[in-house]
Amino acid sequence: MDRLGVTLGLGAGALVVAGLWMGLVQAPPDAVQGEVQRIMYLHVPSILTAYLAFTVVLVCSIGYLVRGTRGWDRLAHASAEVGVVFTAITLFTGAIWGKPTWGVWWTWDARLTGTAVLFLVYLGYLMLRSVVEDQDRAGRYAAVVGILGFFDMIFTHMAVKWFRTLHQPSSLERGTIDEAFTLPLAVNLVAFLLLYATFMAGRVRLAALDEAVEARDLGG
Amino acid sequence: MNFLALAAEILRKDLRIEARSREGVNTLLFFSALLVFLFRFALGPTEAQVRQGAPGLLWFAFILTGLWGMARAFQIERENDCLEALRLVPGDLGGLYLGKVVGGCCVMVATELAIVVMFGLFFHLDLWPAGARLVPVLILGTVGFVAIGTLFAAITAHLKAREVLLPLLLLPLVIPVLLPASRLTELALAGESLGAEPHWLRLLLVFDLVFLVLGYLTFPFVMED
Repeated sequence: MDRLGVTLGLGAGALVVAGLWMGLVQAPPDAVQGEVQRIMYLHVPSILTAYLAFTVVLVCSIGYLVRGTRGWDRLAHASAEVGVVFTAITLFTGAIWGKPTWGVWWTWDARLTGTAVLFLVYLGYLMLRSVVEDQDRAGRYAAVVGILGFFDMIFTHMAVKWFRTLHQPSSLERGTIDEAFTLPLAVNLVAFLLLYATFMAGRVRLAALDEAVEARDLGG
Repeated sequence: MNFLALAAEILRKDLRIEARSREGVNTLLFFSALLVFLFRFALGPTEAQVRQGAPGLLWFAFILTGLWGMARAFQIERENDCLEALRLVPGDLGGLYLGKVVGGCCVMVATELAIVVMFGLFFHLDLWPAGARLVPVLILGTVGFVAIGTLFAAITAHLKAREVLLPLLLLPLVIPVLLPASRLTELALAGESLGAEPHWLRLLLVFDLVFLVLGYLTFPFVMED
């Protein structure tokens, strides 16, 4: 790994440890839900990071369609992959949180369903990339999915406001979160963002090397 | 060639192909009839159950037939390398997109009407009072579906795994259109005004527009080779 990746990785690692300690030990338990609410410190940062990742996919997809340079496409591809991982973390932590609070692992709630759909959209994105052999073509096709997917994401996020749901609306947006929770949440969010940056740096580098090897093989 | 002229030309060409071969209409009608019978087997003999699930079942049938129609729109272009020729058409490729979308909507709405009529006939639904509201809902829902469907049909047309990939990409993405469309279908079938839940109608209109604009803008990149 290059120096950027190592620096980011070390920073992310340190903050993840700090964030976990703050969330699991230092922060007080929730007044209503008790200890189980601590899963929020993973659940909320992971979905916010996924939102960021898919927004980056949108921007880089447009960048690729307009400019046509490989760099944009590598960024978009990497961001989609990392976004899918964070969406998966959100779904898993949500299920673990749902069991003790709602009594079920899964419910067909608008927000849950929407997040699962989002997961499927970007899985489709990755699958499309894997079946198209030509890099430029794969990039162009995927960019179209990446742009459309973003609008699905907005739909998913707004779903909770438009429909009556079991999932609570965002406490952050309503401003109903106590100060004792905000700092640990913020630290975890920054930790996740650094983690995202680490994965991105590694993934983009790998993609560039991959293409270099392929170009050399074709050339030789 | 100007944008609208190209769209009209593509539409005329596709409709002429269909009028001469009748391949699409015949297959779709037969498939639709089969689906209506399958619903009966899946849900048992009680009509109440079928009626309750009618909006969802109808859209399920529309999606299945629609997927086939979308895929076909570009597969007919594969014969004799017509796709290559289309790429060379002078002028705005967006016109090609528009022509394919309008053609796709015509075929899909016609199939939908056939399905609805069969559904009403076999499950004793009184369709006359619902008709005036149902038809615009069908059209609006179809426009959104076809707007993205055409795009992905063009993408998957020359891929090996196209049969799997088209639904895989298309279905999750069109949920913002399918959800309001089936909800509005429910309202229409119940004889209620579509204005009873204006946010669904707004949602459907907004996403129709978003998908059409995005489809129009990105289509030239899909056709590039």
